[in-house]
Amino acid sequence: MIAEIGQIALILALLIAIVQSVLPMWGAYKGDARLMALGDRAATMQCILLAISFVALTIVFVQSDFSVKLVTVNSHTDKPLLYKISGVWGNHEGSMLLWVFILGIYGALVPVFGKGLPAGLKARALAVQGMISVGFLGFILFTSNPFLRLNPVPVNGQGLNPLLQDPGLAFHPPFLYLGYVGFSMAFSFSVAALIEGRVDAVWARWLRPWVLLAWAFLTVGITMGSIWAYYELGWGGWWMWDPVENVSFLPWLVGTALLHSILVLGKRHAMANWTILLGITAFSLSLVGTFVVRSGVLTSVHSFAVDPARGVYILALLLLATGGGLVMFALRAHTLRGGPSFTIVSKEGGLLLNNLLLVTSTFTVFLGTFYPLLIEAFTDGKISVGEPYFDRTFAPVMIVLIAIMGVGPLVKWREDSWKSLKPHLFKSFVLVAIIFSLTWWLGKSVLGALSIGIAVYLAYSTLAAFGRKIKFGQAGAMTLLKAQPASVWGFLIAHMGIAICVIGITGMSVWAKEDAKVLRLHESMTVGGYEFTLKSMTPGAERNFQKMVAAVEVQKSGHIVGTLRSARRFYQVRNMITTEAGIQVRPMRNLYAGVGEGDAEKGWVVRAYVHPLVNWIWLGALMIALAGFISILDRGRKRGKI
Amino acid sequence: MRVILTIFVTLIISLFMVFPALAQTPSEAEIELRAKEVGQALRCVVCQNQPIEESDASLAQDMRKLVRARIRNGDSNEEVIAFMRDRYGDFVLLKPPMQANTYLLWFAPAVLLGFFLFWYVVRVRRKPANIETQTLTDDELKRFNELSNNQEMQGSERQGQKIQGQKIQGHDT
Amino acid sequence: MRISWTGLIPLILFLALSGAFAIGLTKDPSKLPSQMIDHPFPEFSLPDLLDMEKTIDQSYFEGQVTLVNIFGSWCVACEQEHPMLMKLARNNEIRILGVNWRDTVEKGRDWLARGGNPYTRIVFDADSMLAIDLGVTGAPESFIVDKKGQIRYKYIGPITEKIWRDELKPFVLMLEAEQ
Repeated sequence: MIAEIGQIALILALLIAIVQSVLPMWGAYKGDARLMALGDRAATMQCILLAISFVALTIVFVQSDFSVKLVTVNSHTDKPLLYKISGVWGNHEGSMLLWVFILGIYGALVPVFGKGLPAGLKARALAVQGMISVGFLGFILFTSNPFLRLNPVPVNGQGLNPLLQDPGLAFHPPFLYLGYVGFSMAFSFSVAALIEGRVDAVWARWLRPWVLLAWAFLTVGITMGSIWAYYELGWGGWWMWDPVENVSFLPWLVGTALLHSILVLGKRHAMANWTILLGITAFSLSLVGTFVVRSGVLTSVHSFAVDPARGVYILALLLLATGGGLVMFALRAHTLRGGPSFTIVSKEGGLLLNNLLLVTSTFTVFLGTFYPLLIEAFTDGKISVGEPYFDRTFAPVMIVLIAIMGVGPLVKWREDSWKSLKPHLFKSFVLVAIIFSLTWWLGKSVLGALSIGIAVYLAYSTLAAFGRKIKFGQAGAMTLLKAQPASVWGFLIAHMGIAICVIGITGMSVWAKEDAKVLRLHESMTVGGYEFTLKSMTPGAERNFQKMVAAVEVQKSGHIVGTLRSARRFYQVRNMITTEAGIQVRPMRNLYAGVGEGDAEKGWVVRAYVHPLVNWIWLGALMIALAGFISILDRGRKRGKI
Repeated sequence: MRVILTIFVTLIISLFMVFPALAQTPSEAEIELRAKEVGQALRCVVCQNQPIEESDASLAQDMRKLVRARIRNGDSNEEVIAFMRDRYGDFVLLKPPMQANTYLLWFAPAVLLGFFLFWYVVRVRRKPANIETQTLTDDELKRFNELSNNQEMQGSERQGQKIQGQKIQGHDT
Repeated sequence: MRISWTGLIPLILFLALSGAFAIGLTKDPSKLPSQMIDHPFPEFSLPDLLDMEKTIDQSYFEGQVTLVNIFGSWCVACEQEHPMLMKLARNNEIRILGVNWRDTVEKGRDWLARGGNPYTRIVFDADSMLAIDLGVTGAPESFIVDKKGQIRYKYIGPITEKIWRDELKPFVLMLEAEQ
């Protein structure tokens, strides 16, 4: 019964979406206010219907109703409630429903917050949102229906993939999707603006909070994925340039470019069509991120052939959305040209460079991710593109970007000169030289020292720019500090976050120590001055898995530093083993142990790591996300008026 | 960033190479150091973009053993990598080789960056043009006032006032 | 309507890219290129699973076309494939050399006792010595080796009736006709 309610709600949502994509658009063309206003109601209605559908699917999962095929394949009565719920989106069909539900939420928020928007723009944007909805709901209903029944009803389900049974990964997809789908707002409003042939400061100031929101959620999602990989995969990596990670990083990079260019558009009315293009691209890459992972295209061309119906639908949808957006762009972009020009050394110039560099890095990651696929498709070859490639191509672009991040916030809009930057650059140079020498002396690595030097330069420059805004050291600085808008705080926190992140990445790349050995009980190994001793192996069991917990005691110069508990879990339902790393978290370093295969006689494979500064990576990333959320508040105080 | 580590390790190893006696019969510590370096460059062929050195897959374990065995038998790092490449093809190399079918992969980012920088310098170099202004309609002005923030950054505060009543329409093409 | 050329650039790039993917994805998924095709079978000397005292080496291939099949008791797909190999052995279609990969002697023998033994001899390769030399990534994988001991064909995945009939058998017949 509940499944049927969900099913009916889903079908109704599709019908409403069709109405939403046609009538407001027609109304805007004809100038019919009544038809345009229909967009608001349709968007709200759609959100309600999708909520019903999503809640219905969640109920079916919580009740473990195995007459629904999706529940059988992805759930089990022995699962804790949390994973029964996260099981809803831990599979293809359910995750697509979550995606479209989030799309519905964003759509419904347009009428709530967009009361002051020009009626035509709003109607057209909602119509575009409706079209995306139609595409996705069609995809769900015709190729991936989550509510299909099963007959006969099995006694129990097949369980959720154990790797997904983790709090970190349970909430990773919703955050990722809140980010991906959030960029649909940028897409819809870009296309709507193209149709209207008008992009202005009003448009930019309306859209920027949505871009910030999507971007901040995406940052959280990516960070959660990284943290999860670190403690769950058992080998201490935080980012492996895996295609699945890369495709979530692509919209993030473009989103970062977008929120900077939209700043220029909002304040200076420049970079209008560039901003529009980024809006279309960010969402297109989000679609790539959603689909490519789901369809398995990336792991191999072969898996695409497994389910051609889905594959073809996916390609068609991508082609229609991105292609449609870009056709509009080709037809209308020239109508948007404008904005006052600026010189090489100017804030606009800095932000334009930031955009160009971010687009270059996006292109690099895209190329590295998809090149193996293209090679496989067009030649007999088969190659891998791993970390060494990205170290050599992506990292240098980032270094140039950071160099610009240092001076960009210090220059004036429109026109400035190198001369005005000289004192700052000189001070930065002295500071970096000191930090570099110190780090080189202590850390014995030239590149490590350079990298830390760059991070410190960024932090110093950011603080200097902030200090200038509040006239630090002068009378009235406190008043000015309080008067700073949220976006300035956002700037400060985000850029500091990047500096902290860079320090963490450097620590992890240059000074991390690791070793793997087969240890029997009470045997030990030494890594980076720490002695890891395998103290005990204790079997145990939980409701949905059995486990073997290893206690690894760590000593440094004779003193016990702590005991790491690493577990191997065996999930009977899926016949799978997962590893939980034992980690001691400290601000300056983590101690990390993972215990692999083995037995009492031969010993167990123990991997031991000393990870300096690794937590700074995620601290920095979360600061970046926080900065995104804070910057939204910039308009919050005046939201009632809009 | 592992490239940093690699360079560092290579430096140390080349120091060892200065002593021929050490080079001929590698010590266990040196074998381990070199095996790690080689293991970081080889992909675990059954994993997602993971080096064999970091993978728990059984095939990766065996490949690690083999790497150590070959180094012990006097293979150079390059020989070990070539050995694996003979068997698994380019696929086993985490760093794609520079060859005809990867030129695009290796050079395209640099070419794009060069193009962007060139474009930026050529296009932006000109002095700011005069700003052509046009009065906002009452409706536009009202909306602008509603939307423009009074909590803007310092500099743009003044600027916002300047814009009020004027619609900027530049022409930089 | 005036169309600006710069405005068209993103669209053109996108269409070119989608074209490339569309062509790539519709192409028949080709077999993994094996580095070993037309190379001599790698030298090896490993124990016989059924008689650990004896060893098997590459001289085994001389004079007869052989199907080399990588398997393990841990491998689910091998179990699917097994009846087909039994059938080939019963009908004397081809000589099959087994490579018992990453297994223990007991488990390997048990597995054969349960499903039958289609192999003329079985190389016991616990530490992937031969498997890595062959560039094996998973099981089952099969190689066809000619009378001179050259690897001529590689097949990844379980051999089915259809694969044997359409793909492997014609190739084996061709090799058998060679001098």
